[in-house]
Amino acid sequence: MLRPGLLAAALALAAPAAVAQQIAPQIVGDGIPASLTGQPGDAARGRAIVANRGIGLCLLCHSGPIAEERFQGDLSPSLAGAGSRWSEGQLRLRIVDGARLNADTIMPAYYRTSGLQRVARNFDGKTILSAAQVEDVVAYLATLKD
Amino acid sequence: MKVLRLGIGLAIVFAASWALAQGMADKGATDKRRSGTQDMGEALQKMQDDDTANPGMLFVQLGGQLWGKAAGAAGKSCADCHGGAASMKGVAARYPAIPKDADAPVDLEGRINLCRTANQQAAGFPPESRELLALAAYVAHQSRGLPIAPPDDPKLVPFRLKGQDLWKVRQGQLNLSCAICHDDNAGRKLAGVTIPEAHPTGYPIYRLEWQTLGSLKRRLRNCLAGIRAEPYAYDATEYVMLDLFLMDRARGMMLESPGVRP
Ligand code: HEC
Ligand code: HEC
Ligand code: HEC
Repeated sequence: MLRPGLLAAALALAAPAAVAQQIAPQIVGDGIPASLTGQPGDAARGRAIVANRGIGLCLLCHSGPIAEERFQGDLSPSLAGAGSRWSEGQLRLRIVDGARLNADTIMPAYYRTSGLQRVARNFDGKTILSAAQVEDVVAYLATLKD
Repeated sequence: MKVLRLGIGLAIVFAASWALAQGMADKGATDKRRSGTQDMGEALQKMQDDDTANPGMLFVQLGGQLWGKAAGAAGKSCADCHGGAASMKGVAARYPAIPKDADAPVDLEGRINLCRTANQQAAGFPPESRELLALAAYVAHQSRGLPIAPPDDPKLVPFRLKGQDLWKVRQGQLNLSCAICHDDNAGRKLAGVTIPEAHPTGYPIYRLEWQTLGSLKRRLRNCLAGIRAEPYAYDATEYVMLDLFLMDRARGMMLESPGVRP
């Protein structure tokens, strides 16, 4: 389960407007098995998000099989093969809030707004990625089999 | 028999490298700290070292002109009170410091602005203004090659400790601390960029990305923006506290102002 505050807020949002598909992330074991949007993500869009240093930011820290991006990071493991090491549910929790798996992780929580300090005004109260973007990234990572 | 010989061989190699290490220790080579200069390519290092190529030197020259120019209601120049450039030797190596009769530290720019307002009776220079950076570069240049030597003033200790707290706290939307990058991951690549150890050896620096000279404050604001944290206000004591902590962490390292950075 995510922090109660986030869950409550998400539920409050979801209750009146059933149209806006925003599903509170439900942690089961070491993953979040269900899509955050109720829909599968798009792997091609996910690749673009991962490659983009201003949106996904992943290649600041990670390297990955994205040859056109020459500048990649080495603070963390390569994303290559992530889809064979982890299930979609495990990947989803890793992106949503990796601190759930490793409290000391330096990887930002991409879908959490609580527990942060001194967030810049233009980002305050916003998650790094939207639910749909998280799903796109998960779909892309799942394709990285080797 | 073979195994034994291999064992002896290894022991000899180990002993030899240990002796080498001892020799290096004797020469004081155990200081593993690296200035950001050492993380730059050869071309940029050359640019920094060559006074005719280092764009920061133009600011040092401008600072020299301002140093001799009378200003403010007092009608006095810096030189009227301080004399020549030599009077500023070693000053930048021991800032931030607490001015006489004050109870909070100021950084070098803050000290210069104090002289502007209190001694020249002129308006303080705005942060990152050409004049303030030029005078800071002029003063700091007089300490080039000297070791960083923070003062022992016990009144500074609580401010320095606060700086250390700021260094360690996670902040911003990316929830990172200075220490995570500059202590735990220094030398690694953040995208294409080598993460430096963040020693304030070169300030003010000429940064190619800025196309101008900039202060340590501006550099810290860049790092805060990078982790999507709200930058402290320009006049916030947080910068001075971080500066105090960084100078202490770099104690004994050589000042290189004006530094060049990519
Ligand atoms: C600030 C650095 C940082 C950023 C940015 C970052 N990560 Fe990570 N990531 C890490 C670290 C460090 C680990 C290693 C595990 C840990 O410490 O929790 C990790 C682990 C992972 C793992 C598990 C790796 C494995 O196979 O064992 C995946 C998958 C992952 N990250 C994907 C991403 C994606 C996708 C993004 C961008 C949306 C991203 N990361 C952004 C630092 C980062
Ligand atoms: C995500 C990693 C990261 C974080 C967090 C970070 N920095 Fe940096 N910092 C960098 C990188 C990378 C550079 C070099 C940038 C370049 O050359 O373009 C740098 C440069 C610096 C420099 C300049 C060093 C020199 O040689 O001139 C200082 C000082 C500094 N950072 C201090 C800080 C402080 C203080 C904080 C916390 C408020 C901080 N940084 C947070 C990555 C980081
Ligand atoms: C009217 C005389 C006067 C003028 C004009 C003046 N200063 Fe000062 N300045 C002082 C005095 C006095 C001190 C020492 C104060 C103290 O002891 O704390 C000082 C201290 C300093 C220091 C710190 C020195 C140290 O050892 O800590 C710097 C740097 C400095 N001045 C720079 C400047 C600059 C740059 C200008 C011109 C913009 C300037 N001053 C103009 C009188 C003056």
